[in-house]
Amino acid sequence: MRGRESFVMALEALRVNRLRSALTMLGVIIGVLAVVVLVSVGTGAKDAVEKQISGLGTNIILVVPGQLTVGAAPTQSRLSLADVAYVRRVVGDPAKVTVSLQSGETVRVGRTEAFVTIIGTDQNLTNVFQRPLSKGRHLSETDVDTRRRVAVLGAEVAARMFGDVDPVGRQVSIAGARFRVVGVYATVGQTFGLSRDQEVHVPVTTAQRMLGVDRVNGLAVGASGPEEVEALQGRVVAALTERYPGEKFSAVTQTQLLGTIGSVLGMLTGVLAAIAGISLLVGGVGVSNIMLVSVRERTKEIGLRKALGARQRDVLAQFLIEAVLLTTIGGVIGIVLGVGGAVAIRSFTEVPASITWWSIALAFGVSAVVGVFFGVAPARRAGRLDPVVALRAE
Amino acid sequence: MTAPDPSATAPARPAGPPAIEAVDLTRRYDLDGVSVEALRGVSLRIGQGEFAAIVGPSGSGKSTLMHLLGCLDRPTSGVLRINGVEMSGLSDTRLAELRNQTIGFVFQSFHLLARTTALDNVALPLVYRGVGRAERRERARTALESVGLGHRMGHRPSQMSGGEQQRVAIARALVGEPKVLLADEPTGNLDTRNGTEVMAILDRLNAERGVAVVLVTHEPEVAAHARRQIHVRDGLIELDTGAAEGRP
Repeated sequence: MRGRESFVMALEALRVNRLRSALTMLGVIIGVLAVVVLVSVGTGAKDAVEKQISGLGTNIILVVPGQLTVGAAPTQSRLSLADVAYVRRVVGDPAKVTVSLQSGETVRVGRTEAFVTIIGTDQNLTNVFQRPLSKGRHLSETDVDTRRRVAVLGAEVAARMFGDVDPVGRQVSIAGARFRVVGVYATVGQTFGLSRDQEVHVPVTTAQRMLGVDRVNGLAVGASGPEEVEALQGRVVAALTERYPGEKFSAVTQTQLLGTIGSVLGMLTGVLAAIAGISLLVGGVGVSNIMLVSVRERTKEIGLRKALGARQRDVLAQFLIEAVLLTTIGGVIGIVLGVGGAVAIRSFTEVPASITWWSIALAFGVSAVVGVFFGVAPARRAGRLDPVVALRAE
Repeated sequence: MTAPDPSATAPARPAGPPAIEAVDLTRRYDLDGVSVEALRGVSLRIGQGEFAAIVGPSGSGKSTLMHLLGCLDRPTSGVLRINGVEMSGLSDTRLAELRNQTIGFVFQSFHLLARTTALDNVALPLVYRGVGRAERRERARTALESVGLGHRMGHRPSQMSGGEQQRVAIARALVGEPKVLLADEPTGNLDTRNGTEVMAILDRLNAERGVAVVLVTHEPEVAAHARRQIHVRDGLIELDTGAAEGRP
């Protein structure tokens, strides 16, 4: 018998038992759907985070006191502006080092109030990070040196406090002190779930006085090229450790952040895929079950086919192809629904779902393999039936 | 295998080896440790184009003999040649091919595929012979016409009477141009009129085409259609009216 005949025969058998075929497929459809959707959500999340990190700028090294590990308690910083100056000498290019001192404060304009992140920084910010302006100017060296009470607003803060009015040149009150707005940043979006459009930047010296401290939270160094990042990272940490023996300093690069977060999210995607895979497996067991029922129900038919000259392999092929058709047709439907689902998730929710070709290929491949794997046992049983016994079956 | 043909007087009798030749066949079943001997040494020879009836009460072993002659089962001992081919040395696959090419089956309960047209039912044996679709349909059409069902090709079994279904089954048995047609109680599920009609078709096919017909039945009037009666009882041949011509 030709392969095409077995194929037509199997398709016919599925058509005859429409409802049963559809219900059996449903298990596979749900499994494949779950694989495609969950993997696309996992991949989308990973892509989004990676985009956020690389959107910060290029070749950035973040330096913070203490051990930077997940779950570690934040270390009280003892870095001062003198230390920053020291790091500037170590790095060699003072313009490539910027600082950060953060605090949550209330900002008020007239009667409008908002609680925002105040970041004390300096004129070198834009040499390290990407932070385009939409209006006005950045903080200047003079602003920092003379502790001017000037501020650059994040896009969201500006819109909320001033609406359509141009904020540049106007007054805002930060923690009760009056500041003059000199610039507004362009919209940049979120990093790690924190909106950077809700920040207000002020000179670091002004922030220190306002908060009554002489420390900074951390500093960031911009390397001039990707090949220099690692050496520079080592040099900065070594210099700081030498200055403060017995204390820990951490420096992470974007690549390391990307690597760590990427592997965490990759693992998450893997776990999601595995859970979806289990449902696909359950779908496969359903196929096996139905095929066994089908073989039993059609015992007489099998006996007849054998009497008419069907060989063992003809019968085996017929039932195996039937099982594989069940899972692959189910797989294709699942993929179509999964892609549709991922597109819907991306369009109607905040979750960035990104469809990957490998998840589609994998889902299809796995459903075909499931068909073969779970179809073999029933098909072999059918192929081995004794025609005399089979013909007598009721 | 060129023994003189015993029934040379019958029309359309081709020459060649006997359609079926059995020597001392036994078949023992082991059921839960109990050994049952269904056949205890049966020898017979059915020539090309012969029409024989195997008769006997239920439990006599006639069904077992029928299964052996149809190569659906293997004997415990003895020699069985179908159209000159010794079957004991054949693999299951070769046996399936032998069934497909030399034997046609007609069953008591028709055994047609439900939800499948008469034409496709008849064409089924040719599927396993690797015949292309167009030729299959053509030959199935011819076979259906020869049993008077040229107008029923697109009907499904559920849309046909028992007599018509059995005629479809006969057409299916014939479509592969077998040497032997094995009919197991072909009229058992039919009323008298339809039974007579089916027997008439078998008579005609035997006479016109020279296909050997072996009938298994317990009804004497059905057995009377055959020129030769083989009576089976307790796993042995009790009486063979054609023994003189049929046995070597």
